[in-house]
Amino acid sequence: MSALPVAPPAASAETEPGPLALARTVASRIATTCLVELQKLRHDRTELVTRAVQPALWLLVFGQVFTRIRAIPTGSTPYLDFLAPGILAQSALFIAIFYGIQIIWERDAGVLAKLLVTPTPRIALVGAKAFAAGVRAVAQAVVVLVLALILGVHLATNPLKIIALVAALLLGSAFFCCLSITIAGLVLSRDRLMGIGQAITMPLFFASNALYPVQLMPGWLQVVNHINPLSYEVEALRGLLVGTSARLLLDFGVLLASAIVMIAIASALLPRLARG
Amino acid sequence: MTPALRCVGLRQKFGDTVAVDGLDLEVERGEVFGLLGPNGAGKTTTIRMITTLLPAPPGAIQVLGRDVARQRTAVRRLIGYVPQQLSADGTLTGRENVALFARLYDVPRVGRAAQVAAVLDAMDLTEAADRPSKTYSGGMVRRLELAQALVSAPQLLILDEPTVGLDPVARDSVWDKIASIRAATGMTVLVTTHAMQEADEHCERVALMHRGRIRAQGSPDDLKDALGPGATLDDVFRHHTGNALTGDNENGGMRDVRAARRTARRVG
Repeated sequence: MSALPVAPPAASAETEPGPLALARTVASRIATTCLVELQKLRHDRTELVTRAVQPALWLLVFGQVFTRIRAIPTGSTPYLDFLAPGILAQSALFIAIFYGIQIIWERDAGVLAKLLVTPTPRIALVGAKAFAAGVRAVAQAVVVLVLALILGVHLATNPLKIIALVAALLLGSAFFCCLSITIAGLVLSRDRLMGIGQAITMPLFFASNALYPVQLMPGWLQVVNHINPLSYEVEALRGLLVGTSARLLLDFGVLLASAIVMIAIASALLPRLARG
Repeated sequence: MTPALRCVGLRQKFGDTVAVDGLDLEVERGEVFGLLGPNGAGKTTTIRMITTLLPAPPGAIQVLGRDVARQRTAVRRLIGYVPQQLSADGTLTGRENVALFARLYDVPRVGRAAQVAAVLDAMDLTEAADRPSKTYSGGMVRRLELAQALVSAPQLLILDEPTVGLDPVARDSVWDKIASIRAATGMTVLVTTHAMQEADEHCERVALMHRGRIRAQGSPDDLKDALGPGATLDDVFRHHTGNALTGDNENGGMRDVRAARRTARRVG
Protein backbone atom coordinates (compact mmCIF):
# COMPACT_ATOMS: atom_id res chain seq x y z
CA MET A 1 0.00 0.00 0.00
CA SER A 2 1.29 3.49 -0.87
CA ALA A 3 1.99 5.92 1.92
CA LEU A 4 -1.22 7.70 2.77
CA PRO A 5 -1.11 11.40 3.58
CA VAL A 6 -1.21 11.75 7.36
CA ALA A 7 -1.12 15.49 7.99
CA PRO A 8 -3.68 18.02 6.77
CA PRO A 9 -2.33 19.26 3.43
CA ALA A 10 -3.68 22.77 3.89
CA ALA A 11 -3.47 24.91 6.98
CA SER A 12 -6.62 24.19 8.95
CA ALA A 13 -8.66 27.35 9.32
CA GLU A 14 -9.61 27.65 12.97
CA THR A 15 -12.07 30.45 12.33
CA GLU A 16 -14.82 30.89 9.74
CA PRO A 17 -13.46 32.46 6.50
CA GLY A 18 -13.60 36.24 6.06
CA PRO A 19 -14.93 37.98 2.91
CA LEU A 20 -11.61 37.72 1.02
CA ALA A 21 -11.12 34.05 1.81
CA LEU A 22 -14.76 33.42 0.91
CA ALA A 23 -14.33 35.13 -2.48
CA ARG A 24 -11.18 33.06 -3.13
CA THR A 25 -13.02 29.87 -2.20
CA VAL A 26 -15.99 30.75 -4.41
CA ALA A 27 -13.67 31.39 -7.38
CA SER A 28 -11.74 28.16 -6.74
CA ARG A 29 -14.91 26.06 -6.43
CA ILE A 30 -16.40 27.58 -9.58
CA ALA A 31 -13.21 26.73 -11.49
CA THR A 32 -13.21 23.19 -10.08
CA THR A 33 -16.85 22.53 -10.92
CA CYS A 34 -16.52 23.95 -14.43
CA LEU A 35 -13.51 21.69 -14.99
CA VAL A 36 -15.51 18.66 -13.82
CA GLU A 37 -18.37 19.65 -16.11
CA LEU A 38 -15.96 19.75 -19.05
CA GLN A 39 -14.54 16.35 -18.04
CA LYS A 40 -18.06 14.92 -18.01
CA LEU A 41 -18.78 16.39 -21.43
CA ARG A 42 -15.54 14.91 -22.74
CA HIS A 43 -16.50 11.45 -21.50
CA ASP A 44 -20.06 11.54 -22.76
CA ARG A 45 -20.72 13.69 -25.82
CA THR A 46 -24.07 12.07 -26.62
CA GLU A 47 -25.85 14.70 -24.55
CA LEU A 48 -24.47 17.44 -26.80
CA VAL A 49 -25.97 15.65 -29.79
CA THR A 50 -29.33 14.75 -28.25
CA ARG A 51 -29.78 18.22 -26.82
CA ALA A 52 -29.06 19.69 -30.27
CA VAL A 53 -32.11 17.99 -31.79
CA GLN A 54 -34.67 20.42 -30.42
CA PRO A 55 -32.87 23.67 -31.36
CA ALA A 56 -32.16 22.12 -34.77
CA LEU A 57 -35.87 21.49 -35.28
CA TRP A 58 -36.72 25.06 -34.26
CA LEU A 59 -34.22 26.47 -36.71
CA LEU A 60 -34.82 23.99 -39.54
CA VAL A 61 -38.60 23.70 -39.36
CA PHE A 62 -40.03 26.69 -37.53
CA GLY A 63 -37.34 29.11 -38.70
CA GLN A 64 -37.40 28.11 -42.35
CA VAL A 65 -41.20 27.97 -42.60
CA PHE A 66 -41.73 31.33 -40.92
CA THR A 67 -38.99 32.86 -43.03
CA ARG A 68 -40.87 31.79 -46.16
CA ILE A 69 -44.34 32.87 -45.10
CA ARG A 70 -43.01 36.18 -43.74
CA ALA A 71 -45.63 36.04 -40.96
CA ILE A 72 -43.45 37.73 -38.35
CA PRO A 73 -42.20 41.21 -39.31
CA THR A 74 -38.59 41.62 -38.23
CA GLY A 75 -37.67 44.67 -40.31
CA SER A 76 -34.51 44.37 -42.34
CA THR A 77 -33.30 41.35 -40.35
CA PRO A 78 -34.12 37.99 -41.97
CA TYR A 79 -36.37 35.96 -39.67
CA LEU A 80 -33.86 33.11 -39.35
CA ASP A 81 -31.21 35.62 -38.20
CA PHE A 82 -33.73 37.05 -35.75
CA LEU A 83 -34.65 33.59 -34.48
CA ALA A 84 -31.15 32.07 -34.03
CA PRO A 85 -30.21 34.04 -30.84
CA GLY A 86 -33.63 33.20 -29.39
CA ILE A 87 -33.04 29.49 -29.97
CA LEU A 88 -29.56 29.84 -28.47
CA ALA A 89 -31.08 31.30 -25.30
CA GLN A 90 -33.81 28.65 -25.32
CA SER A 91 -31.34 25.79 -25.47
CA ALA A 92 -29.35 27.33 -22.59
CA LEU A 93 -32.60 27.74 -20.63
CA PHE A 94 -33.57 24.10 -21.15
CA ILE A 95 -30.16 22.91 -19.95
CA ALA A 96 -30.11 25.15 -16.88
CA ILE A 97 -33.69 24.66 -15.73
CA PHE A 98 -33.16 20.93 -15.18
CA TYR A 99 -30.14 21.39 -12.89
CA GLY A 100 -32.61 21.27 -10.01
CA ILE A 101 -33.40 17.69 -10.96
CA GLN A 102 -29.71 16.91 -11.01
CA ILE A 103 -29.24 18.33 -7.53
CA ILE A 104 -32.15 16.25 -6.20
CA TRP A 105 -30.53 13.19 -7.77
CA GLU A 106 -27.26 14.21 -6.09
CA ARG A 107 -29.08 14.48 -2.77
CA ASP A 108 -30.61 11.01 -3.17
CA ALA A 109 -27.26 9.52 -4.23
CA GLY A 110 -25.40 11.02 -1.25
CA VAL A 111 -23.29 13.27 -3.50
CA LEU A 112 -24.78 16.49 -2.10
CA ALA A 113 -24.07 15.40 1.48
CA LYS A 114 -20.48 14.63 0.55
CA LEU A 115 -20.08 18.04 -1.12
CA LEU A 116 -21.65 19.85 1.84
CA VAL A 117 -19.21 18.18 4.24
CA THR A 118 -16.24 19.67 2.36
CA PRO A 119 -14.97 23.08 3.52
CA THR A 120 -17.04 24.79 0.85
CA PRO A 121 -19.51 27.56 1.70
CA ARG A 122 -23.04 26.91 0.43
CA ILE A 123 -22.93 29.99 -1.76
CA ALA A 124 -19.79 28.63 -3.44
CA LEU A 125 -21.48 25.28 -4.13
CA VAL A 126 -24.50 26.95 -5.69
CA GLY A 127 -22.36 29.46 -7.60
CA ALA A 128 -20.28 26.57 -8.91
CA LYS A 129 -23.40 24.71 -10.07
CA ALA A 130 -24.66 27.88 -11.72
CA PHE A 131 -21.49 28.32 -13.74
CA ALA A 132 -21.33 24.61 -14.53
CA ALA A 133 -24.75 25.02 -16.16
CA GLY A 134 -23.24 27.93 -18.09
CA VAL A 135 -20.34 25.78 -19.30
CA ARG A 136 -22.80 23.21 -20.66
CA ALA A 137 -24.87 25.98 -22.23
CA VAL A 138 -21.81 27.44 -23.96
CA ALA A 139 -20.80 23.98 -25.25
CA GLN A 140 -24.33 23.55 -26.57
CA ALA A 141 -24.24 27.07 -28.06
CA VAL A 142 -21.27 26.06 -30.23
CA VAL A 143 -23.41 23.30 -31.79
CA VAL A 144 -26.38 25.64 -32.33
CA LEU A 145 -24.18 28.37 -33.83
CA VAL A 146 -22.55 25.94 -36.26
CA LEU A 147 -26.01 24.83 -37.32
CA ALA A 148 -27.11 28.46 -37.72
CA LEU A 149 -24.06 29.17 -39.88
CA ILE A 150 -24.87 26.17 -42.09
CA LEU A 151 -28.40 27.54 -42.53
CA GLY A 152 -26.96 30.85 -43.71
CA VAL A 153 -27.50 32.98 -40.63
CA HIS A 154 -25.20 36.02 -40.66
CA LEU A 155 -23.34 35.94 -37.36
CA ALA A 156 -20.85 38.41 -35.90
CA THR A 157 -17.27 37.18 -35.65
CA ASN A 158 -15.84 40.00 -33.54
CA PRO A 159 -13.97 38.26 -30.66
CA LEU A 160 -15.16 40.85 -28.13
CA LYS A 161 -18.75 40.20 -29.11
CA ILE A 162 -18.19 36.46 -28.80
CA ILE A 163 -16.76 36.96 -25.30
CA ALA A 164 -19.78 39.09 -24.40
CA LEU A 165 -22.06 36.40 -25.85
CA VAL A 166 -20.41 33.78 -23.61
CA ALA A 167 -20.88 36.10 -20.61
CA ALA A 168 -24.59 36.56 -21.43
CA LEU A 169 -25.06 32.80 -21.73
CA LEU A 170 -23.23 32.19 -18.44
CA LEU A 171 -25.30 34.76 -16.56
CA GLY A 172 -28.61 33.64 -18.06
CA SER A 173 -27.84 30.00 -17.33
CA ALA A 174 -26.75 30.87 -13.78
CA PHE A 175 -30.11 32.56 -13.16
CA PHE A 176 -32.21 29.70 -14.51
CA CYS A 177 -30.06 27.01 -12.88
CA CYS A 178 -30.48 28.72 -9.50
CA LEU A 179 -34.19 29.24 -10.12
CA SER A 180 -34.38 25.50 -10.65
CA ILE A 181 -32.33 24.76 -7.48
CA THR A 182 -34.61 27.16 -5.58
CA ILE A 183 -37.70 25.28 -6.75
CA ALA A 184 -35.96 22.00 -5.87
CA GLY A 185 -35.34 23.41 -2.38
CA LEU A 186 -39.05 24.17 -2.06
CA VAL A 187 -40.64 21.05 -3.55
CA LEU A 188 -37.87 18.58 -2.53
CA SER A 189 -38.97 15.87 -4.94
CA ARG A 190 -37.79 15.02 -8.44
CA ASP A 191 -41.27 14.23 -9.76
CA ARG A 192 -42.73 17.54 -8.59
CA LEU A 193 -39.75 19.45 -9.94
CA MET A 194 -40.03 17.78 -13.35
CA GLY A 195 -43.68 18.81 -13.53
CA ILE A 196 -42.91 22.38 -12.51
CA GLY A 197 -39.89 22.52 -14.82
CA GLN A 198 -41.99 21.51 -17.77
CA ALA A 199 -44.74 23.91 -16.72
CA ILE A 200 -42.49 26.96 -16.58
CA THR A 201 -39.97 26.51 -19.39
CA MET A 202 -42.34 26.96 -22.34
CA PRO A 203 -44.19 29.94 -20.75
CA LEU A 204 -40.79 31.57 -20.03
CA PHE A 205 -39.85 30.98 -23.67
CA PHE A 206 -43.12 32.19 -25.19
CA ALA A 207 -43.29 35.19 -22.83
CA SER A 208 -39.96 36.43 -24.16
CA ASN A 209 -38.76 38.07 -27.34
CA ALA A 210 -37.12 34.81 -28.52
CA LEU A 211 -39.62 34.06 -31.30
CA TYR A 212 -41.18 37.43 -32.13
CA PRO A 213 -40.54 41.13 -31.56
CA VAL A 214 -41.93 42.65 -28.36
CA GLN A 215 -44.08 45.09 -30.38
CA LEU A 216 -46.21 42.19 -31.64
CA MET A 217 -47.11 41.04 -28.13
CA PRO A 218 -50.39 41.98 -26.45
CA GLY A 219 -49.99 44.52 -23.62
CA TRP A 220 -50.15 41.98 -20.77
CA LEU A 221 -47.50 39.79 -22.43
CA GLN A 222 -45.24 42.82 -22.88
CA VAL A 223 -45.41 43.36 -19.11
CA VAL A 224 -44.42 39.71 -18.50
CA ASN A 225 -41.68 40.06 -21.11
CA HIS A 226 -40.21 43.01 -19.20
CA ILE A 227 -39.83 41.01 -15.98
CA ASN A 228 -38.55 37.89 -17.75
CA PRO A 229 -34.72 37.67 -17.58
CA LEU A 230 -34.78 35.46 -20.69
CA SER A 231 -35.87 38.51 -22.74
CA TYR A 232 -32.80 40.48 -21.62
CA GLU A 233 -30.58 37.50 -22.47
CA VAL A 234 -32.15 37.20 -25.95
CA GLU A 235 -31.88 40.94 -26.57
CA ALA A 236 -28.18 40.89 -25.63
CA LEU A 237 -27.47 37.79 -27.75
CA ARG A 238 -29.36 39.23 -30.71
CA GLY A 239 -27.58 42.57 -30.47
CA LEU A 240 -24.18 40.88 -30.24
CA LEU A 241 -24.73 38.18 -32.84
CA VAL A 242 -26.81 39.80 -35.58
CA GLY A 243 -26.43 43.48 -34.77
CA THR A 244 -30.04 44.41 -33.92
CA SER A 245 -30.53 47.29 -31.50
CA ALA A 246 -29.90 46.25 -27.91
CA ARG A 247 -29.60 47.98 -24.55
CA LEU A 248 -26.49 46.00 -23.60
CA LEU A 249 -25.80 47.84 -20.33
CA LEU A 250 -29.36 47.26 -19.17
CA ASP A 251 -29.36 43.67 -20.44
CA PHE A 252 -26.13 42.73 -18.67
CA GLY A 253 -27.15 44.69 -15.57
CA VAL A 254 -30.44 42.77 -15.30
CA LEU A 255 -28.74 39.42 -16.00
CA LEU A 256 -25.99 40.04 -13.44
CA ALA A 257 -28.36 41.29 -10.73
CA SER A 258 -30.88 38.50 -11.25
CA ALA A 259 -28.11 35.85 -11.23
CA ILE A 260 -26.67 37.21 -7.96
CA VAL A 261 -30.09 37.38 -6.28
CA MET A 262 -31.04 33.89 -7.42
CA ILE A 263 -27.66 32.41 -6.31
CA ALA A 264 -28.27 33.93 -2.86
CA ILE A 265 -31.83 32.53 -2.66
CA ALA A 266 -30.78 29.06 -3.86
CA SER A 267 -27.88 29.03 -1.37
CA ALA A 268 -30.28 29.81 1.47
CA LEU A 269 -32.47 26.87 0.44
CA LEU A 270 -29.63 24.37 -0.05
CA PRO A 271 -29.55 23.14 3.58
CA ARG A 272 -33.33 22.54 3.38
CA LEU A 273 -32.78 20.51 0.23
CA ALA A 274 -29.99 18.51 1.89
CA ARG A 275 -32.24 17.73 4.87
CA GLY A 276 -35.32 17.00 2.77
CA MET B 1 -5.50 14.87 25.09
CA THR B 2 -8.89 15.91 23.76
CA PRO B 3 -10.91 13.03 22.30
CA ALA B 4 -11.47 12.73 18.55
CA LEU B 5 -15.19 13.19 19.13
CA ARG B 6 -17.27 14.24 22.09
CA CYS B 7 -21.08 14.54 22.05
CA VAL B 8 -22.85 15.83 25.13
CA GLY B 9 -26.64 15.68 25.53
CA LEU B 10 -27.15 15.68 21.76
CA ARG B 11 -30.79 16.00 20.65
CA GLN B 12 -32.56 16.23 17.31
CA LYS B 13 -36.29 16.27 16.63
CA PHE B 14 -38.14 16.08 13.31
CA GLY B 15 -41.65 17.29 14.02
CA ASP B 16 -42.90 15.08 16.86
CA THR B 17 -40.30 12.39 16.23
CA VAL B 18 -37.28 12.42 18.48
CA ALA B 19 -34.44 11.05 16.35
CA VAL B 20 -31.60 11.64 18.81
CA ASP B 21 -32.48 11.87 22.49
CA GLY B 22 -29.76 13.14 24.80
CA LEU B 23 -26.85 11.23 23.28
CA ASP B 24 -23.52 11.23 25.13
CA LEU B 25 -20.58 9.78 23.26
CA GLU B 26 -16.80 9.94 23.38
CA VAL B 27 -14.51 8.47 20.72
CA GLU B 28 -10.81 8.32 21.55
CA ARG B 29 -8.14 9.30 19.05
CA GLY B 30 -6.91 6.48 16.86
CA GLU B 31 -9.65 3.93 17.57
CA VAL B 32 -12.14 2.25 15.25
CA PHE B 33 -15.46 2.99 16.90
CA GLY B 34 -18.76 1.42 15.82
CA LEU B 35 -22.11 3.11 16.29
CA LEU B 36 -24.56 0.23 16.07
CA GLY B 37 -28.28 -0.02 15.79
CA PRO B 38 -31.16 -0.94 13.51
CA ASN B 39 -32.62 1.37 10.87
CA GLY B 40 -34.19 4.35 12.58
CA ALA B 41 -32.05 4.10 15.72
CA GLY B 42 -30.73 7.62 15.07
CA LYS B 43 -27.25 6.69 13.80
CA THR B 44 -27.46 8.56 10.51
CA THR B 45 -29.01 11.63 12.17
CA THR B 46 -26.14 11.63 14.67
CA ILE B 47 -23.60 11.37 11.85
CA ARG B 48 -25.33 14.19 9.96
CA MET B 49 -25.03 16.43 13.01
CA ILE B 50 -21.36 15.55 13.54
CA THR B 51 -20.59 16.24 9.88
CA THR B 52 -22.36 19.66 9.99
CA LEU B 53 -25.16 18.52 7.64
CA LEU B 54 -27.70 19.16 10.40
CA PRO B 55 -27.40 22.02 12.88
CA ALA B 56 -26.14 21.18 16.36
CA PRO B 57 -26.39 23.45 19.41
CA PRO B 58 -23.14 25.11 20.56
CA GLY B 59 -21.11 22.90 22.86
CA ALA B 60 -23.01 19.70 22.01
CA ILE B 61 -20.43 18.25 19.60
CA GLN B 62 -16.68 18.68 19.54
CA VAL B 63 -14.45 17.19 16.87
CA LEU B 64 -10.79 17.14 17.97
CA GLY B 65 -11.58 20.01 20.31
CA ARG B 66 -13.41 22.15 17.73
CA ASP B 67 -17.04 23.04 18.32
CA VAL B 68 -19.12 21.85 15.38
CA ALA B 69 -21.60 24.71 15.80
CA ARG B 70 -19.02 27.50 15.97
CA GLN B 71 -16.10 26.20 13.87
CA ARG B 72 -17.86 24.42 11.04
CA THR B 73 -15.20 25.07 8.40
CA ALA B 74 -12.38 23.92 10.70
CA VAL B 75 -14.35 20.77 11.54
CA ARG B 76 -15.01 20.04 7.87
CA ARG B 77 -11.26 20.19 7.18
CA LEU B 78 -10.67 17.56 9.84
CA ILE B 79 -13.20 14.96 8.74
CA GLY B 80 -13.54 12.59 5.82
CA TYR B 81 -17.05 11.32 5.14
CA VAL B 82 -18.39 8.36 3.18
CA PRO B 83 -22.19 8.36 3.00
CA GLN B 84 -24.35 5.27 2.97
CA GLN B 85 -25.21 5.56 -0.72
CA LEU B 86 -22.69 4.81 -3.47
CA SER B 87 -21.93 8.39 -4.34
CA ALA B 88 -19.01 8.36 -6.78
CA ASP B 89 -19.74 10.08 -10.09
CA GLY B 90 -20.07 7.30 -12.66
CA THR B 91 -19.29 9.60 -15.59
CA LEU B 92 -15.87 10.51 -14.20
CA THR B 93 -12.88 8.21 -13.94
CA GLY B 94 -11.68 7.06 -10.54
CA ARG B 95 -8.77 9.49 -10.71
CA GLU B 96 -11.05 12.42 -11.64
CA ASN B 97 -13.41 11.54 -8.78
CA VAL B 98 -10.56 11.68 -6.28
CA ALA B 99 -8.96 14.78 -7.84
CA LEU B 100 -12.30 16.61 -7.49
CA PHE B 101 -12.24 16.08 -3.73
CA ALA B 102 -8.56 16.99 -3.54
CA ARG B 103 -9.49 20.37 -5.05
CA LEU B 104 -12.55 20.79 -2.83
CA TYR B 105 -10.33 20.25 0.22
CA ASP B 106 -7.73 22.71 -1.09
CA VAL B 107 -4.95 20.13 -1.41
CA PRO B 108 -2.10 22.28 -2.80
CA ARG B 109 -1.60 22.06 -6.56
CA VAL B 110 2.04 21.03 -6.06
CA GLY B 111 1.89 17.39 -5.08
CA ARG B 112 -1.86 17.07 -5.66
CA ALA B 113 -1.54 14.55 -8.48
CA ALA B 114 0.90 12.48 -6.41
CA GLN B 115 -1.45 12.53 -3.43
CA VAL B 116 -4.38 11.44 -5.62
CA ALA B 117 -2.25 8.62 -7.04
CA ALA B 118 -1.14 7.57 -3.54
CA VAL B 119 -4.67 7.18 -2.16
CA LEU B 120 -5.81 5.35 -5.30
CA ASP B 121 -2.88 3.00 -4.94
CA ALA B 122 -3.61 2.52 -1.25
CA MET B 123 -7.13 1.44 -2.21
CA ASP B 124 -5.79 -0.93 -4.95
CA LEU B 125 -7.36 1.17 -7.68
CA THR B 126 -4.29 2.20 -9.66
CA GLU B 127 -5.03 -0.07 -12.60
CA ALA B 128 -8.66 1.03 -12.79
CA ALA B 129 -7.95 4.69 -12.03
CA ASP B 130 -8.46 5.93 -15.58
CA ARG B 131 -11.65 4.00 -16.26
CA PRO B 132 -15.08 5.60 -15.72
CA SER B 133 -16.20 4.61 -12.23
CA LYS B 134 -19.52 3.36 -13.63
CA THR B 135 -17.54 0.31 -14.79
CA TYR B 136 -16.43 -0.47 -11.20
CA SER B 137 -17.87 -3.22 -9.01
CA GLY B 138 -19.68 -2.23 -5.79
CA GLY B 139 -16.62 -2.98 -3.68
CA MET B 140 -14.40 -0.92 -5.98
CA VAL B 141 -16.80 2.03 -5.76
CA ARG B 142 -16.68 1.83 -1.97
CA ARG B 143 -12.87 1.80 -2.08
CA LEU B 144 -12.97 4.75 -4.48
CA GLU B 145 -15.13 6.63 -1.99
CA LEU B 146 -12.63 5.82 0.75
CA ALA B 147 -9.93 7.28 -1.52
CA GLN B 148 -12.05 10.42 -1.99
CA ALA B 149 -12.43 10.76 1.77
CA LEU B 150 -8.73 10.11 2.44
CA VAL B 151 -7.19 12.46 -0.09
CA SER B 152 -7.47 15.40 2.31
CA ALA B 153 -5.69 13.45 5.09
CA PRO B 154 -8.60 13.70 7.53
CA GLN B 155 -8.08 13.04 11.23
CA LEU B 156 -11.56 11.60 11.74
CA LEU B 157 -12.95 9.28 9.07
CA ILE B 158 -16.74 8.83 9.26
CA LEU B 159 -18.31 5.92 7.40
CA ASP B 160 -22.09 5.55 7.29
CA GLU B 161 -23.00 1.87 6.71
CA PRO B 162 -19.93 1.28 4.50
CA THR B 163 -20.69 -2.36 3.70
CA VAL B 164 -24.44 -2.20 3.09
CA GLY B 165 -25.38 -4.07 -0.08
CA LEU B 166 -21.89 -5.53 -0.65
CA ASP B 167 -21.18 -9.23 -1.08
CA PRO B 168 -19.04 -10.93 1.62
CA VAL B 169 -15.80 -10.68 -0.38
CA ALA B 170 -16.30 -6.96 -1.05
CA ARG B 171 -17.30 -6.42 2.60
CA ASP B 172 -14.07 -8.04 3.80
CA SER B 173 -12.07 -5.99 1.34
CA VAL B 174 -13.62 -2.74 2.63
CA TRP B 175 -12.95 -3.69 6.26
CA ASP B 176 -9.36 -4.70 5.36
CA LYS B 177 -8.86 -1.28 3.83
CA ILE B 178 -10.30 0.46 6.88
CA ALA B 179 -7.89 -1.51 9.09
CA SER B 180 -4.90 -0.73 6.90
CA ILE B 181 -5.81 2.98 6.77
CA ARG B 182 -5.90 3.07 10.54
CA ALA B 183 -2.62 1.20 10.81
CA ALA B 184 -0.90 3.46 8.28
CA THR B 185 -2.18 6.83 9.49
CA GLY B 186 -3.42 6.39 13.03
CA MET B 187 -6.59 8.23 12.14
CA THR B 188 -9.78 7.77 14.10
CA VAL B 189 -12.56 5.86 12.36
CA LEU B 190 -16.22 6.21 13.30
CA VAL B 191 -18.40 3.72 11.51
CA THR B 192 -22.14 3.12 11.70
CA THR B 193 -23.55 -0.30 10.94
CA HIS B 194 -26.42 -2.56 11.81
CA ALA B 195 -24.26 -5.63 11.09
CA MET B 196 -23.35 -6.74 14.62
CA GLN B 197 -20.97 -9.48 13.50
CA GLU B 198 -18.92 -7.08 11.38
CA ALA B 199 -18.72 -4.62 14.27
CA ASP B 200 -17.68 -7.42 16.62
CA GLU B 201 -14.83 -8.39 14.31
CA HIS B 202 -13.58 -4.97 13.26
CA CYS B 203 -14.37 -2.33 15.93
CA GLU B 204 -12.34 -1.78 19.08
CA ARG B 205 -15.25 -0.16 20.88
CA VAL B 206 -18.93 0.08 20.03
CA ALA B 207 -21.98 1.99 21.21
CA LEU B 208 -25.36 0.33 20.91
CA MET B 209 -27.98 2.86 19.87
CA HIS B 210 -31.74 2.45 20.03
CA ARG B 211 -34.48 5.05 19.67
CA GLY B 212 -32.03 7.94 19.73
CA ARG B 213 -30.15 6.86 22.84
CA ILE B 214 -26.95 4.99 23.62
CA ARG B 215 -28.02 1.88 25.56
CA ALA B 216 -24.55 0.41 26.16
CA GLN B 217 -20.97 1.03 25.13
CA GLY B 218 -17.58 -0.59 25.49
CA SER B 219 -15.39 -3.10 23.70
CA PRO B 220 -17.34 -5.93 22.01
CA ASP B 221 -15.58 -8.50 24.24
CA ASP B 222 -16.38 -6.62 27.45
CA LEU B 223 -20.02 -6.23 26.46
CA LYS B 224 -20.33 -9.93 25.57
CA ASP B 225 -18.48 -11.08 28.70
CA ALA B 226 -20.78 -9.00 30.87
CA LEU B 227 -23.75 -10.91 29.48
CA GLY B 228 -22.29 -14.36 29.98
CA PRO B 229 -20.41 -17.13 28.17
CA GLY B 230 -21.23 -17.66 24.51
CA ALA B 231 -23.06 -14.35 24.17
CA THR B 232 -22.91 -12.59 20.80
CA LEU B 233 -23.16 -8.86 20.12
CA ASP B 234 -26.68 -9.53 18.81
CA ASP B 235 -27.54 -10.98 22.24
CA VAL B 236 -26.04 -7.93 23.94
CA PHE B 237 -28.10 -5.66 21.75
CA ARG B 238 -31.31 -7.58 22.45
CA HIS B 239 -30.53 -7.55 26.16
CA HIS B 240 -30.25 -3.77 26.22
CA THR B 241 -33.04 -2.87 23.84
CA GLY B 242 -35.67 -5.57 24.06
CA ASN B 243 -36.04 -7.21 20.65
CA ALA B 244 -35.18 -4.18 18.53
CA LEU B 245 -33.17 -6.06 15.92
CA THR B 246 -36.17 -8.08 14.85
CA GLY B 247 -38.40 -5.19 14.03
CA ASP B 248 -39.96 -3.14 16.79
CA ASN B 249 -37.95 -0.18 15.56
CA GLU B 250 -40.86 2.18 15.04
CA ASN B 251 -38.50 4.93 13.97
CA GLY B 252 -37.11 2.74 11.16
CA GLY B 253 -37.53 5.33 8.46
CA MET B 254 -38.72 4.66 4.93
CA ARG B 255 -35.85 6.91 3.91
CA ASP B 256 -33.23 4.67 5.56
CA VAL B 257 -34.67 1.59 3.91
CA ARG B 258 -34.93 3.33 0.56
CA ALA B 259 -31.31 4.51 0.76
CA ALA B 260 -30.12 1.00 1.65
CA ARG B 261 -32.11 -0.55 -1.20
CA ARG B 262 -30.85 2.06 -3.66
CA THR B 263 -27.28 1.29 -2.64
CA ALA B 264 -27.91 -2.44 -2.91
CA ARG B 265 -29.34 -1.92 -6.41
CA ARG B 266 -26.32 0.10 -7.51
CA VAL B 267 -23.82 -2.46 -6.29
CA GLY B 268 -25.77 -5.16 -8.06
